[in-house]
Amino acid sequence: ALAERTNLAGVRHILLVLSGKGGVGKSTLSTELALALRSAGKRVGILDVDLCGPSIPRMLRVQDSAVHQCDSGWVPVFVGQDKAIALMSIGFLLERPDDAVVWRGPKKNALIKQFVTDVAWGELDFLIVDTPPGTSDEHISTVEALRPYRLLGAVLVTTPQ
Amino acid sequence: LAAQLSLSLAECPGTGSAQAGRAAACQGCPNQGLCAAGAAGPDPAEAAELRARLRAVRHTVLVLSGKGGVGKSTFSALLAHGLAADETKQVALLDIDICGPSIPKMMGLEGEQVHQSGSGWSPVYVEENLGVMSVGFLLSSPDDAVIWRGPKKNGLIKQFLRDVDWGEVDYLIVDTPPGTSDEHLSIVQYLSATHIDGAVIVTTPQEVSLQDVRKEINFCRKVKLPIIGVVENMSGFVCPKCKNESQIFPPTTGGAEKMCQNLNVSFLGKVPLDPQIGKSCDGGQSFLAEAPESPATLSYRSIIQRIQEYCEQHHLQEEKIM
Repeated sequence: ALAERTNLAGVRHILLVLSGKGGVGKSTLSTELALALRSAGKRVGILDVDLCGPSIPRMLRVQDSAVHQCDSGWVPVFVGQDKAIALMSIGFLLERPDDAVVWRGPKKNALIKQFVTDVAWGELDFLIVDTPPGTSDEHISTVEALRPYRLLGAVLVTTPQ
Repeated sequence: LAAQLSLSLAECPGTGSAQAGRAAACQGCPNQGLCAAGAAGPDPAEAAELRARLRAVRHTVLVLSGKGGVGKSTFSALLAHGLAADETKQVALLDIDICGPSIPKMMGLEGEQVHQSGSGWSPVYVEENLGVMSVGFLLSSPDDAVIWRGPKKNGLIKQFLRDVDWGEVDYLIVDTPPGTSDEHLSIVQYLSATHIDGAVIVTTPQEVSLQDVRKEINFCRKVKLPIIGVVENMSGFVCPKCKNESQIFPPTTGGAEKMCQNLNVSFLGKVPLDPQIGKSCDGGQSFLAEAPESPATLSYRSIIQRIQEYCEQHHLQEEKIM
């Protein structure tokens, strides 16, 4: 429990990017938001909980990176021009980028919990959480896992139709 | 922990495999109980029930993507309309996107309810020969969120297959949500009681979509689901005024055509963007009927024909074997 509190204790605000609908630009917005906040001098992290279709690593051109461990847990991959945006995604855990993650709910929920409690985020002003479309396992688990922390709120993305 | 997780990702035998829940890598996996108990698929009694119910279905086509928002539901709806244009064919459209069911709106059936009879749930009919089923018809209000975990979604999908009285059907088209998860595993496993002709995979031209679609292709291969082919949607836009063509979603890595070449999968065709498509979908009308001269309509029709030919050929081959 102490370790759990440590890993997110340094994060000032947590922001969920949601939609319900797929393909409207959640990952694109999450990425642009992170880059813009970083430009404004903020310390930023991105947590990509889209386990079936993780888009963030490619958008930040780090699809070939790997994840390492430290004493407090997993070390996020540092991205962006000054390598100062912390990113965690299942994309980094795949053997091959085209491997399908064909998991049912319980296994997805377990990984999301780990992403929330076991990543050593450090001191961040904003942690942006990119989500898959829908209102299912990933969303329920993410909100449940983040509830003890400072959940700022959700930005909802849509297209006009 | 990271090392353990990476290992289990690599060695997971797959939730659909015979080794599911029993392989060394399954130890400690939260899914182990479910996989080992075979809860992933139908038991023999259930399988027999499903087989009986789906016996009168001649062809089944799954519409998949991996990526969201590429036009799966749009394509499913138009495939259904296209096939049902032949009044001698009976077409069924099953929407298993439980969280985001688009089919009722696209087919102009919002507000319809499902009725029950002695023989089961009645599909909602758009035409005499085109019946539809979706969770959308079961909601009290269209804005009600269906916030269900996997097992409950699987239960409803099973009910859709077991309890709906589809009757004699020439084509059963199944529209799916994005991803490679519960819904996709379940539909493949439940439909193994009958047979699936194959999957049509929809994408858009950009690499961010293709990378999810490659995963979907791998999913199909993993569960031994034949791939009828890939459709590239939103492929270019021709301005109706100046006739100039723009690539709204540039195919920076060669688009679907190149991906199909690389993965040895059939490329069914490209469909250009047409603002009328979105309008028709919002209005619950068939785009093919509302804009018969549009280049997009011509593309859709050609792709639908190729799918029909694939299914007919498949059927002939099966009959030969039998």
